[in-house]
Amino acid sequence: MNASTGDMIEVPLYRAAHGRTGDKGDRSNISVIAWHPDLYALLAEQLTPERVSMQFRHRAPARVQRFLLPRLHAMNFVLDAVLDGGVNDALNLDAHGKALSFLLLDMPIRVPRALVPLLAGP
Amino acid sequence: MMAGCLKSASMNANAPPSLLIGCAAGFSGDRTDAAGPVVDTLIARLAGGPAGQRAFLIFETLAERTLALAQLRRRDNPDAGYEPLLDAMLRPVLARSLAHGIRIVSNFGAANPRAAARHIARMARELGADAPRIAVVEGDDLSGPAHRALLHETLGAQMEGLRIVSANAYIGAEPIAAALDAGAQIVVCGRVADPSLAVGPAMSHFGWRADDWHRLGRATMAGHLLECGAQVCGGYFADPGYKDVPGLDNVGFPIAEIDADGQCTIGKADGTGGLVSEATVKEQLLYEVHDPSAYLTPDVVADIAEAEVRALPGSNRVELSGVRGHARPSHYKVNVCHEGGWLAEGEISYAGPRAEARARLAAEVLRKRLDGLALRVDLIGALSILGDDAGRMLADTPDTGLRDVRLRVAATHAERAQAERLAREVMALYTCGPAGGGGVRTALTPRLNTLSCLLPREAVPVRFELLGAEALA
Repeated sequence: MNASTGDMIEVPLYRAAHGRTGDKGDRSNISVIAWHPDLYALLAEQLTPERVSMQFRHRAPARVQRFLLPRLHAMNFVLDAVLDGGVNDALNLDAHGKALSFLLLDMPIRVPRALVPLLAGP
Repeated sequence: MMAGCLKSASMNANAPPSLLIGCAAGFSGDRTDAAGPVVDTLIARLAGGPAGQRAFLIFETLAERTLALAQLRRRDNPDAGYEPLLDAMLRPVLARSLAHGIRIVSNFGAANPRAAARHIARMARELGADAPRIAVVEGDDLSGPAHRALLHETLGAQMEGLRIVSANAYIGAEPIAAALDAGAQIVVCGRVADPSLAVGPAMSHFGWRADDWHRLGRATMAGHLLECGAQVCGGYFADPGYKDVPGLDNVGFPIAEIDADGQCTIGKADGTGGLVSEATVKEQLLYEVHDPSAYLTPDVVADIAEAEVRALPGSNRVELSGVRGHARPSHYKVNVCHEGGWLAEGEISYAGPRAEARARLAAEVLRKRLDGLALRVDLIGALSILGDDAGRMLADTPDTGLRDVRLRVAATHAERAQAERLAREVMALYTCGPAGGGGVRTALTPRLNTLSCLLPREAVPVRFELLGAEALA
């Protein structure tokens, strides 16, 4: 699972952070919360709106905004027009898009070896 | 903890003691056994707490669709249109709450708060409790002819030809606080903003003004943490090996302690499972938030950009601080629900060797047969949730030879007959489709769609009424 490059290793985001999806209309918000304060800076550096937009490319977001919450060691992504119209219009079994946090948490991130002990899970 | 107590005591020597608010439902359809442990805990805290401490029980049971469905039930029966689980949720705790001075605030009135109030009065009689003082909050329901012109003016051409089912403004905490000030023990609302269920009691208890933005902002975020019930107590959080939650089968519902400045500590009912941690509170704090510096409600624009959470010594208690508030919006948000044609769904399963290939072939057959319907295709077991309606993700997902796949297709159409074609074609896969398909299920559901707009507050007069014996008979 861990692809190594020099002093960094690549891991899925869910090892460094957790989050939850919310929806309002055709807009989804996904929180990303660092498991440890020392992991927050690398998340802020690597989880750019552009990369997140790419992760959701199949849903062709009209806009991806990122709000940083350094005191919570968290960030909030707001993705416009990604729910096929929203809960009353989408044909998806999960019309709320409640599972979307796990699509985001599956993104690869690079973590310095020194911070690996702070990661969650195996 | 001690230092914190001393500090707030010296700062607010004359402030009323803190307020306890428990939440026993986070949506219509939530667990009906949630309230018991919450009420037991509130009773115990009141018994051991300072004189003048007060406790409230809130139930949040509304969503966009819930309210439209309630309006449809009211059309069929003038005595219906409130939360269908009202009796099951409230009966187990009503007499105990009243006996211990715990007041109840909820939006379980849905499309018919007066009928809900009558039901509660009847329940109290049946339980042998003293007749409670019940107030209804009204003004949110804009579905009547009186508001049609205003909605037309605001929504314009979008509204042409629509069959409107419901129209409701998200109203705020002021009428709730006024009803409590007037002596109500139970306040039955329709569409009030979810956090207002907690802000109303706080305004009444502490005597805050309606422009005390920082305090209102803090109480709003306390209400936001409460409004989804167990979601702040380890519900909707567990992920084995990463986010383990003890006793999820008996997950507790939350109780917030709010002080005279609106600062809150969130905990949960005693003797329950679940978990209140910095992680659970952060997830719920950001739930359904867009710009964290501008969480819009009818009471205040709450601001959590500088918010912090801190686990307190002991277990399952987390303090929220750093929340601010800004002047409330000049307009109410209004949701208009209208009839939206028909949703058709069909499913069939394939198993064993080449199951995925046979399911994909069945989807291809349906696409060709159902021209004119925009078909969503899911392969349950391979890709059924993360995919988009247009099928772009599925097109990028190769056949990996899965051996147990359920095909699901869905489409919508304004005309019932067109939507029914989908159900018939899925059924016909039994004899005309790929080999070995089984377990066909089809469903045809009327749809409700939503439009949103903003209306100036002065166009939506809100009021409360303390109901007399005749109104409750």
